[in-house]
Amino acid sequence: MAPEIPIEATEAAQPVPAGSVAGEPPGAPPPEGGRAAARFGLGGVFGRLVRWEVALCVALVFVFGIGVDASGDFLSNYNLFTLCTNIGDLAIMALPMTLIVMVGEIDLSVASTLALSAETLGYLWSHGWPMAAIFVVVIALGVVLGAINGLLVTKVGLPSLAVTIGTLTLYRGLANVVLGPLTVSDFPAPFNELGVNGVPGLPFLSWSVAIFFVLAVIFGVVLHGTPFGRSLYAIGLNKEAASHAGIRVPRVKMGLFILSGVVCALVGMLYAFELSSVGENIGIGFELMVITVVLLGGVSIFGGRGTIIGVVLAAFVYGGLRSALLISSSFNENDFQIVSGGLLILSVLVPNVPLFAERARELMRRRAARGIIVSPESSSPTPPPTQGMVT
Amino acid sequence: MREVSEQGDPTNPGGQGSQNVERGRLAGGAADSPSTASTQLLSQTGARPPILSVREATKAFGAVHALEGVSIDLYAGEVHALVGENGAGKSTLVKIFGGVHQPDSGELVDADGHALVLTGPADAREAGIAIIFQEPTLFPDLSVAENVFIGRQPRRSGGRIDHRAMRRQARALFERLGVPLDPDRPARGLSIAEQQIVEIGKALSFDAKVVVMDEPTAALSATEVARLFGVVQSLRDHGAAVLFISHRLEEVFAICQRVTVLRDGRRVLSQLLGELTAGDLVRAMVGRDIAARERTQHDAGAAVLRVAELQRAGIFKDISFDVRAGEIVALAGLVGAGRSEVARAAFGIDVYDSGRVLVGERALHKGRPIDAMRAGVAFVPEDRRQQGLVMDMSIIDNISLASLRRLSRHGLLIPSVERSFASDWAARLQVKYGNIANPATSLSGGNQQKVVLAKWLSREPAVIIVDEPTRGIDVATKAEVHRLLVELSRSGVAVLMISSELPEVLAVADRILVMREGRLVAEFARANASEERIMAAATGQADVPVALESSPA
Repeated sequence: MAPEIPIEATEAAQPVPAGSVAGEPPGAPPPEGGRAAARFGLGGVFGRLVRWEVALCVALVFVFGIGVDASGDFLSNYNLFTLCTNIGDLAIMALPMTLIVMVGEIDLSVASTLALSAETLGYLWSHGWPMAAIFVVVIALGVVLGAINGLLVTKVGLPSLAVTIGTLTLYRGLANVVLGPLTVSDFPAPFNELGVNGVPGLPFLSWSVAIFFVLAVIFGVVLHGTPFGRSLYAIGLNKEAASHAGIRVPRVKMGLFILSGVVCALVGMLYAFELSSVGENIGIGFELMVITVVLLGGVSIFGGRGTIIGVVLAAFVYGGLRSALLISSSFNENDFQIVSGGLLILSVLVPNVPLFAERARELMRRRAARGIIVSPESSSPTPPPTQGMVT
Repeated sequence: MREVSEQGDPTNPGGQGSQNVERGRLAGGAADSPSTASTQLLSQTGARPPILSVREATKAFGAVHALEGVSIDLYAGEVHALVGENGAGKSTLVKIFGGVHQPDSGELVDADGHALVLTGPADAREAGIAIIFQEPTLFPDLSVAENVFIGRQPRRSGGRIDHRAMRRQARALFERLGVPLDPDRPARGLSIAEQQIVEIGKALSFDAKVVVMDEPTAALSATEVARLFGVVQSLRDHGAAVLFISHRLEEVFAICQRVTVLRDGRRVLSQLLGELTAGDLVRAMVGRDIAARERTQHDAGAAVLRVAELQRAGIFKDISFDVRAGEIVALAGLVGAGRSEVARAAFGIDVYDSGRVLVGERALHKGRPIDAMRAGVAFVPEDRRQQGLVMDMSIIDNISLASLRRLSRHGLLIPSVERSFASDWAARLQVKYGNIANPATSLSGGNQQKVVLAKWLSREPAVIIVDEPTRGIDVATKAEVHRLLVELSRSGVAVLMISSELPEVLAVADRILVMREGRLVAEFARANASEERIMAAATGQADVPVALESSPA
């Protein structure tokens, strides 16, 4: 009923230790939509994210515990290799997705980009193109597909959610046109073995996960250690202030969408080689798994918060959980979808639990205090201040 | 003559019998206590009880004591000023009135001496307390009348909203306030001043007897301030108690009868304004004397920033001016005259249709701030929370944000280098912080502004554009910012300052350009500028002898 009273300037004479920032932020009212995540100071959030990554480590141990408990074969080279092949491609795509979510955008077309690239690979290979030329074409295709997303978002100004839902369908449709109902599966031996053998000397480690590790280090350094990475956080937290500081926000976003297109195109080839074939419906539904991994990794859906290490841990929690559940015969792929959906919601919900708890406490307190007002004669004790509230 | 409608009387606290107040013109005279006989509350000025008091309120947030034993008495028909530096505890006190915060100890007491417990904004409203914020939040798609009566719309049979009654009542409210605001206008597109009027109308509509105004004038132009004063006067004449918060002492003296000064969460002074001078207040606020700054004339160098025939359809037209090295040029004018828009276009935040911006001999790329920055331009924007700072980033990250390239080695940022860079600049600007790794939200407004300045000065710019550099910051920091701008100009920096505070313009600027409705209409040298002349040019009241050097005729 009453319009929301804006939270205005802090008048606290001295800054407050970051650790205690847990309640109302002293900053300006959050932009419309009440970005729950933006209600926390970075210090507090940083503390929470660290806890989030610790929680992921615990979850990882727990998941592997379940797996070992379910079957003695869980830690076998064969099972670990399967786990790796299942998660590696998704995990690689999660890296550019992390950067895109960091700046407050999303790319839902990743799996369709993967599919269109894989189908293009199949088409060109079946028409006798040399593999080197195909690489070049597929990379160029990735650039184009990413640029289409980027242009629609940055130049036309459409929301990336809508744009990439559109290209999700569009690219998938094109992919189906390229190869039709055909299946191509006569790739040469070294490529076909990518999905069969692990990295030499480490038989449990798939090539995809090895590539993921290398890329994760690069992405981690870029995101956490370079001016470019810092500008991504700035854009995600406040893109207006970022552009006032000379950051070219549209160009950065454009670059990220192209990066995502190229990475997904390359993963499309890798995935085709791992399967040793390209057919219809390749990689269908991958986009949601990729986003689940990113959000589970602690990257805020509102942008501006998250770490690469969190995403790396999340990839293995996700893959490990899948493997652990499937290895016990009582679970099937469909059951895992239920778990996966639940995880997605949890990973968006849990970081905001302190906020919800705060609101609930506030509500209780108001109700209690109202009870006091009813009897004004009794000397009314002041309700206890909300714990950790800072303004 | 205005007449109070059937709405009832705001001076009537307990709801016992309605006394209609008839009152004369709004433009009441001097700032003495009300001289009416029509309500008993107002008649016995001496011994009347306060309509609302805070007694010995203490409020701490963690280790920070925002308020310590602060008492304040609000009287019906009186405008009470609350002043103090940023961080003195004003906002906390406002939030206690608004039910947003509850004091750790101490209490709110109503006119009958009963303790009031406010546990939320709804309670405050029930208790007859209305808070008018600097920038109100209305529902943009609803009409003015709907905003006033939101949630309490007059009903017809069957629960339907009686739009006619709502409009009539809203119109009556605005007439009572002396502002002809059309109740059917959508809230979208209302100026901030008009939005405040709507909020005040809403306060009247539920018979608020205490109206708290938190820096209402900070974002208003001079004419809007004058109109707001008329409204405050009428609130007062109708027997409401007004708590008026402002950083501008001349406003305090113009409209208030009593003043309370807070410093570091404590009350240092509370008395009738008639007994005080502006100097007394400043001393009370800062706890020391501020020496009047004398600006010595010095020679300006070559033109560094040159804006030539800049034009943007519907926003500004034919804007040409130079800023020379070592010179402070102020861009004065009313809010909405296009000053900020010119500055934003020059820096590259916004695009423009035609014209050129040059720094030295280098033409700046349109719409590209990084190009202006590389040419040596810095821009301190108007809205430090939205544009100047990434509030959730640390103080370090904010100071280094515009210098990241320079702070990296082989493309990598070195945390220790960044930290020492930030703490060095924070120290130069005397930013007061607890921990430099804390987010910018942990700072008071004045210190936030210093962080923005640190961010830009650390780039050692040749040109600095500052848009309302002292808006909403305390007197002491304001003086520091002025001194800083003067020092910068002495060291050869070209300074372009946009300010709506004429005393500031006159104190700091070497040359004053005046804009009106998107055009440059006058230019004054420091020696022959006065508030009157600038205002006349800005409002177009007089035929100003246009003395533009670079006017394209």
